[in-house]
Amino acid sequence: MKINKQKLKQANKKAQKAFLKVLPIILGMLLIVSMVNNLVPKSFYSHFFSGHIFSDSLIGALLGSLLMGNPISAYILGDGFIKNGVSLVAVTAFLTAWTTVGIIQLPAESIVLGKEFAIFRNLTAFVMSIITAILTVYIMGFFR
Amino acid sequence: MKIASPNKKLKTEWIFLIIAVLLYLSVYFFQADKMLIILKAYGKLLINILPIFIFVYLIMLVSNYFVDNKILKKHMGESGTLKGWLIAVVAGIISIGPIYMWYPLMQDLKQKGVKDRFLAAFLFNRGIKLQWLPILLAYFGLLYSIILMLVMALLSVPQGLITERLIALSKRTK
Repeated sequence: MKINKQKLKQANKKAQKAFLKVLPIILGMLLIVSMVNNLVPKSFYSHFFSGHIFSDSLIGALLGSLLMGNPISAYILGDGFIKNGVSLVAVTAFLTAWTTVGIIQLPAESIVLGKEFAIFRNLTAFVMSIITAILTVYIMGFFR
Repeated sequence: MKIASPNKKLKTEWIFLIIAVLLYLSVYFFQADKMLIILKAYGKLLINILPIFIFVYLIMLVSNYFVDNKILKKHMGESGTLKGWLIAVVAGIISIGPIYMWYPLMQDLKQKGVKDRFLAAFLFNRGIKLQWLPILLAYFGLLYSIILMLVMALLSVPQGLITERLIALSKRTK
């Protein structure tokens, strides 16, 4: 396979741009996570998460829908949640909703793709993030 | 259509980092003894994540080199076929960048007759971030990552169908 140098240069430039764009967010998120992990007591998350599979996944999905940013931030936060005793179902719902539901982006999505599309897409994505979480953890149980 | 300019977005991202630093500095006023502990934890996190950053960059480079938006657009226009679903799922998985960067293409595809179910499935599969997979693996393990990706890809199909059905019902009731 012959490498097109010009195309590779463009791809590199694009990757650099995309990477540098998310870098401040990643650095900021890492700092916030370091602060939260060292300042917020482990018992804090138990106020949000009850340990019940359905309500926990609902809360996780709600948090994921409200928060936004690069997926890497969600992974770091999710890992922090698990270390603080939150269930994997809730964290999976959180991760899935983070990347598929966007309450903050909803106005922009409505303008571009239509109000109905934006509302129903986000609504179904929210429900699916909970189903995804339950199914993922349920299937994982077969391999343990 | 008003979409944030790249410069504006860049500013927002730097403001986020500045706020995070200010938050860190504010720790001095209520738990000064924790400042060094936080900084050490931050350094440890950065070191742990550095090799993954390099790997992610390489994935970004390769996907930018090989993936052509025009090809995606062409094939996503095929409605109601298995190929259409596969393209929506795969395109969603391999797509990179913020969601709003894809809005113009989505709008264009919609105007060209691509069904809402494919657009919804595409957007749901953006939840599977191939370029961030090494980080997902590092944090949550191989088994979890594979199952999550498969479940998401499979559920994107009913999610797309339900979205389209709800839109149709909503239009009918008007």
